[in-house]
Amino acid sequence: MTADPFRITLRRRYRSERIFFLTLRLAVLLIGLVMLAIFGYIFANGYRAISWEFLTTPPSDSMTKGGIMPAIVGTFYLTVGAVAFALPIGVACAVYLTEYARQGTFVRLLRIGINCLAGVPSVVFGLFGLGFFVVFLKFGSSILSGALTLGALILPTIITAAEEAIKAVPQTFREASLALGVSKWRTVSRIVLPTALPGILTGSILGIGRAAGETAPIMFTAAAFFTARLPSSIFDEVMALPYHVYVLATAGTAIEETRPLQYGTVLVLAALVAGINLFAVLIRGYMRRGKRW
Amino acid sequence: MENTLIITVENCNFYYGTYRALTDVTMGFERNRVTALIGPSGCGKSTLLRLLNRMNDLIDNTRVEGRIFFEGTDIYGKEVDPVEIRRRIGMVFQKPNPFPKSIYNNITYGPRLMGVKKKSDLEALVEESLKQAVLWDEVKDILGRSAMTLSGGQQQRLCIARALAMKPDVLLMDEPTSALDPISTAKIEELIEALKKELTIIIVTHNMQQAARISDRTGFFYLGRLIEYDDTAKIFTNPQVKQTEDYITGRFG
Repeated sequence: MTADPFRITLRRRYRSERIFFLTLRLAVLLIGLVMLAIFGYIFANGYRAISWEFLTTPPSDSMTKGGIMPAIVGTFYLTVGAVAFALPIGVACAVYLTEYARQGTFVRLLRIGINCLAGVPSVVFGLFGLGFFVVFLKFGSSILSGALTLGALILPTIITAAEEAIKAVPQTFREASLALGVSKWRTVSRIVLPTALPGILTGSILGIGRAAGETAPIMFTAAAFFTARLPSSIFDEVMALPYHVYVLATAGTAIEETRPLQYGTVLVLAALVAGINLFAVLIRGYMRRGKRW
Repeated sequence: MENTLIITVENCNFYYGTYRALTDVTMGFERNRVTALIGPSGCGKSTLLRLLNRMNDLIDNTRVEGRIFFEGTDIYGKEVDPVEIRRRIGMVFQKPNPFPKSIYNNITYGPRLMGVKKKSDLEALVEESLKQAVLWDEVKDILGRSAMTLSGGQQQRLCIARALAMKPDVLLMDEPTSALDPISTAKIEELIEALKKELTIIIVTHNMQQAARISDRTGFFYLGRLIEYDDTAKIFTNPQVKQTEDYITGRFG
């Protein structure tokens, strides 16, 4: 028997496959290491600052001591407010774009606009919020202004995710419902949206993380340098975790001494975002029961 | 004669963009009969079926010419609501497409949106339609389970039950057994036979034995035209047109 023409190619194929997989593994490993390094560093530097007192009291002594309770509460309100504003509008927009709008030049331009909006630097949103919500609509620097600004910031993310989730609902579900003599709107609200909801929530999770962590959009619209009291209405200014870190790290009276406080604050922010995400993931899991097809 | 026809199609043309899918189709569908539409793939039989309950409305860039009357009303008339047409002319699709809901909720979905609220009414509807679809005995103890856990044949019968729960006058079936095994197919053929006492059935099928077994009337389509339309027995034993004969004897298609 003469040389098998396939033998060499096969060996070569295995080799290139191994190299390819190795590259992929390295990429994943790299990302994992970077993440681990960041979280490890934050945790190692921040965990000593965490105490019951740190979580439940306002800052004291010109913010060189004490806790961060007002900032936790402020960030929580701002994030929840942003999602409460952006989720309904974003989903409604996605429903319109996918289910109702005639697919043509206008819709294509709208989509391009939305994608551009997703890439706009957050400080631009901050200035927009200052000009529109704070000054023009006279909401002042407040939870309302900040939440609306953050909402505008995460709107493109939510619209895009919701559009994808709605498009992923099999066309056969729509046909089945319409063929029963069910109107388009009922079909969308009873079949399409419930089926798409887990996917929509995935998009919102990304939005939540972004809203909670942004500093620039709330700098001019909601965040107070320091306030010991908790907000009593949506027209109050609040402290916020990312802005608090920014203040301590750049503008405080004792930048070096407050390092532990800064790391502690960052750790709390990371934990808060993780907590909100976990909550959303749990809801999503609950909604997905029996929804496999 | 007029009264025995529940749906009449008059000089119907249909276009996808500039492509003409149906050419000058004229035919009547008899009440309480099973009419089979046969023909090779792409001959327009499914297109015609979807015209009858205005499902083609959902496809952009299409155009209908001619008129289709259902119980004397032009279903493409301006004052006609396609939603009401679809309630009275139900449809079962090629692939079973139950909703990702429980068996019970799959059936009550339509009636509930029509305003049926009382639990006893809904339960009666569920039982009645599942019995009509010969599925009741298999699922009566698991009505709360997701429809997605049923086998393909059971899912298709559930889809038939779901359509029947809306009390339609006509049931359109688009190759309802092409994705099913022979035993499930036989069950569905049996229930079609029983159903025609109560409603009119129009079925598209690729399976000529199936058309011969279950239908009273058969229409043969080729290249968007209705070539021959007659009693099923006659079509399969003594076709008048050469193309029909060639198709049913398997010489092309």
